[in-house]
Amino acid sequence: MSEVATLVLVVEDEAQMLRFLRNALSAQGYRVVEAETAREALVAATTYNPELVLLDLGLPDGDGIEVARQLRGWSRVPVIVISARGREDDKVAALDAGADDYLTKPFGVQELLARMRVALRHAALAGTDSTSTVLTSGPLRIDQARREVSLEGREVHLTPIEYRLLVLLAKNAGKVLTHRQILKEVWGPPYASQTHYLRVFMAQLRRKVEPDPARPRLLVTEPGVGYRLKDS
Amino acid sequence: MADPENRPDPAAVLARVQAEERRRGRARLKIFLGYAPGVGKTFTMLESARRLKAQGIDVVVGCVETHGRPETAQLLDGLEVLPRREIDHRGTALAEFDLERALARRPGVLLLDELAHTNAPGCLHEKRWQDAMELLEAGIEVHTTLNVQHVESLNDVVSQITFVRVRETVPDSVLERADELELVDLPPDELIGRLHAGKVYVPEQARQAVEHFFRRGNLLALRELTLRRAAERLDVDVRAYRQEHGIRTSWPTAERILVCVGASPSSPRILRGARRMAAGLRASWVAAYVDAPDAHRATKVDRERLRSHLRLAESLGAEVVRLVGAHVSEEILRYAREHDITRIVIGKPTHARWRDLIKGSLVNRLIRESGEIEVNFIGGDEAPVSAAPKPEPRKRGISWNGVGLAGLLVTLATGLGVPLRPYLAQADLVAIFLLIIMLVAFRHGRTPSLVAAGLSVAAFDFFFVPPFYTFNVEDGRHLLTFSMMFGVGLAISSLTSRLRGQERGARIRESRTSALYSLSRELAAAQDEGRAAEVTARHAAEVFGGEAVVLLADGEGALDVRGASRPGLALSDEELAAARWACGHGRPAGRGTDTLPGARVTCVPLQAGAATLGALGVITPSLELLDLEHREFLDAFVRQAALALERARFVRDAEAAALRIRTEEMRSALLSTVSHDLRTPLGAITGAGTALRDDGGRLGPEQRAELLDTVCIEAERMERLVGNTLDMMRLEAGGLVPRREWVPLEETVGSALSRLETRLGSRAVAIDLPEALPLLSVDPVLFEQVFVNLFENVLRHAGPDSPLEIAAREQGGTVEIEVADRGPGLPAGAEQLVFDKFYRGPRVRAGGVGLGLSICKGILQAHGGTITAENRPGGGARFRIALPAQAAPPTLEPQAGVAPDQETGP
Repeated sequence: MSEVATLVLVVEDEAQMLRFLRNALSAQGYRVVEAETAREALVAATTYNPELVLLDLGLPDGDGIEVARQLRGWSRVPVIVISARGREDDKVAALDAGADDYLTKPFGVQELLARMRVALRHAALAGTDSTSTVLTSGPLRIDQARREVSLEGREVHLTPIEYRLLVLLAKNAGKVLTHRQILKEVWGPPYASQTHYLRVFMAQLRRKVEPDPARPRLLVTEPGVGYRLKDS
Repeated sequence: MADPENRPDPAAVLARVQAEERRRGRARLKIFLGYAPGVGKTFTMLESARRLKAQGIDVVVGCVETHGRPETAQLLDGLEVLPRREIDHRGTALAEFDLERALARRPGVLLLDELAHTNAPGCLHEKRWQDAMELLEAGIEVHTTLNVQHVESLNDVVSQITFVRVRETVPDSVLERADELELVDLPPDELIGRLHAGKVYVPEQARQAVEHFFRRGNLLALRELTLRRAAERLDVDVRAYRQEHGIRTSWPTAERILVCVGASPSSPRILRGARRMAAGLRASWVAAYVDAPDAHRATKVDRERLRSHLRLAESLGAEVVRLVGAHVSEEILRYAREHDITRIVIGKPTHARWRDLIKGSLVNRLIRESGEIEVNFIGGDEAPVSAAPKPEPRKRGISWNGVGLAGLLVTLATGLGVPLRPYLAQADLVAIFLLIIMLVAFRHGRTPSLVAAGLSVAAFDFFFVPPFYTFNVEDGRHLLTFSMMFGVGLAISSLTSRLRGQERGARIRESRTSALYSLSRELAAAQDEGRAAEVTARHAAEVFGGEAVVLLADGEGALDVRGASRPGLALSDEELAAARWACGHGRPAGRGTDTLPGARVTCVPLQAGAATLGALGVITPSLELLDLEHREFLDAFVRQAALALERARFVRDAEAAALRIRTEEMRSALLSTVSHDLRTPLGAITGAGTALRDDGGRLGPEQRAELLDTVCIEAERMERLVGNTLDMMRLEAGGLVPRREWVPLEETVGSALSRLETRLGSRAVAIDLPEALPLLSVDPVLFEQVFVNLFENVLRHAGPDSPLEIAAREQGGTVEIEVADRGPGLPAGAEQLVFDKFYRGPRVRAGGVGLGLSICKGILQAHGGTITAENRPGGGARFRIALPAQAAPPTLEPQAGVAPDQETGP
């Protein structure tokens, strides 16, 4: 699979943006399929079966969020939203609809490629072996079988909630998880809107794993959206 | 300057010019006047319409009755005919003229047959002539037909000629409004011929009456009346022409006629007579009625009649005035003198002479005291009542309690008096009975006191005047005693009842004054329109009885119920139509008026100055709301409400205008700054980009890298600018409501720092946030923005060696956060200015738009917090945020994980 260039579906109706993405991605060795409307996007997704989708939200014939939701109906292909809509509500809506990541225009090409790599890696992991018991992310190492967490080799003691929180973020390292997603996963659906629970526990967790909790290096806040474990 | 004698009177010229201008600006009314049905009015009107149509004028038939005459129907061919409106009236479908459709169609000329027609209930107006007036107001020319017997002021003359009383009348003012009066004439013999030939439409059931009507003598008289009326009109036109052209003519003295009107059935006749007199003298005329303090005793029938007389007077073109006072003649004369009345018209007295002897004759007093003013009499018909407003005191609910009391007291006095007869003088007994009469009069008014007087005299005679127990009288002097007793009783009773009347009047006045006072007090406190509308509705319901709503016109002129005496009180479509009409025409509509009288609600326009703000709708069981005596109070009430509403509207408008100006200023400042600040980076990007593209291989790799760097840096700068500008606009758009969540300060500061991570580089950042700091109830996104902006400010102004210091503490429920640097500090005196929009430090050449700090200020204001700036001792700037605690932070449920649970690891 690695010898064949990865196929990316770019859904974008701005000609210049499309040109930039086409050139930047081709230069990086990706194969690019283009779609300019929501309809074309869904058709192309079924026809070409791409390995990654870059999705603009403001499409001439509908909302990209709807495309993401429909894609999720039958495919686990990673979707990265690229949009000029910078409001947190839009980000949350896209992520909750099943998008894997969200990039606000303008963005640099390095940022885009990094996010794409993360998304592709997660997809690959999910496809192969999810029973891998040891998660590592930078200095952080989580041994799921033994419920042990260590930071640069030093053992860290976590409460069960903190542990579940950290494992969830580590499994999705590099990916933004919305408040709602985390709350549902860790506390259960009834707590989906109790964001202060999450904030308080995140603060506790940071004190345990961050050298300077006010300048987090690992557990990054996406204001108004959620959290992300920095993947490095 | 020609002959000064022949110079036109400037006032007349002015009036003529104004009339001409008005005529040019307003729609024309043309009336085809005939003396009887069948003379060919409709035919003539249609013929003229066809001519107009041929000239290319947009003629539309609103409503024409052909009565099955083929030659008339033929004329309709080729003319556009508006569909009629179907109205279901008690099971019969009536096809009425559709006013709304006509108004929507807006033809150049509209044909409207039979001006005197009465519309079916459910139409907007009661009468067709009102429809015509509305069309004219809307600027549509109207052509219509009318028979002379339908002219209001000729109505009674016609009925004298023909013995047929016509109920459908058209006010003379409508006739005078006509720009053109076309006389449709046919010799009576020909008309009778046509009638016999069956060419005149006659309803079957009326054949008898019609035969009577179409007698030759009648027709001749009617024809003469019609011709004379048309000639009168011609006379006016000629006079106008002569005045305009400076032709000398005998100037009539400026006559002004006052006619006394009352509840008497002869009043209509007197009014019509006065109208004819006024028309003949070309005088303006006033119909006055005097509201005496004992007017409350008038019967319901009288009030109803008076109301209809006043309406008649109005429709005849009189100005109606209400005078208040105890003495009719005095009030009339006072008004007459004050208003330069030259002639007073009054009905001939027909009552018995003795009444004059007792009560004094109104007519005599008027004649004696009128001085230069001429007094004219007009004979009344049948009714033996003077034209003066003598309210009829009879029949108004006799107090049976009072009669009972009279009987009881007289019996009691008699019962006690008989055993004491030997010890009491007759004078004592008389005094006792008088006392009883007075008591009864005080408590129960006139009738019971008269009963008491009668009973007293009888009892006195029977029991206390010898021979006892008979009504016989021995001593003739006792007869004098009886009559004196009765007389005194009468006098007392009338005095007391007048007192009671005045007291009642005073009470009503006082209650009205206090009602107005409390209304004005509450209105003064009402700050906005909605509140003022509520207050008005509530007070109106209170003082008029029933329910009330206040409807206000919005910007687009649609009426909305803004205040109601009862929550959820809504108006039906018809009632809303009445309110709209009242608003649009500045006159009352609905119940008790001529427009939509079937509605449940009476709508009065709320007018302040020239503007109509809306309408007050009153739903009350009584019809008296619009009576003249109540009218004054209603007017005062409505005026007061309208003024308050207008004031509220002004305040609102002023605020809106101020906001608009602020927004406008802001926008223009923003535009000038933004256009400059956006162009600068764009210039760099374009320059660098084109240099790279059109390079032609001359640029070295280092230069290329530098140019590319420029593109990226400038693009980033532009992004910041756009972001800040958008934030500011969002704040300025108003209504920024923070979405508060409970957030640890550490997280917000942390995410702001990581957003600026690359730009912070290796700068020292000192963070001092106590762990015990409570959660803050803030909008996490906006608050992060505050810190980003503050940190950027430090990055921009403080040198690279200056540390960034962040500290926070809680003090007395308020969280204080400080962001400080060791840079050059703020310019002297700029501690406030830095938060102004577009303020930029003097040392900064490029960078932000000067919006960052003012965005911080806006966000903090929205959170109920403050931000201040100061210079630190030892150099550097310090920004201080104070955020008052909102509420107690939420607690976490134990099962949610707060309980000391087992930790990971062994």
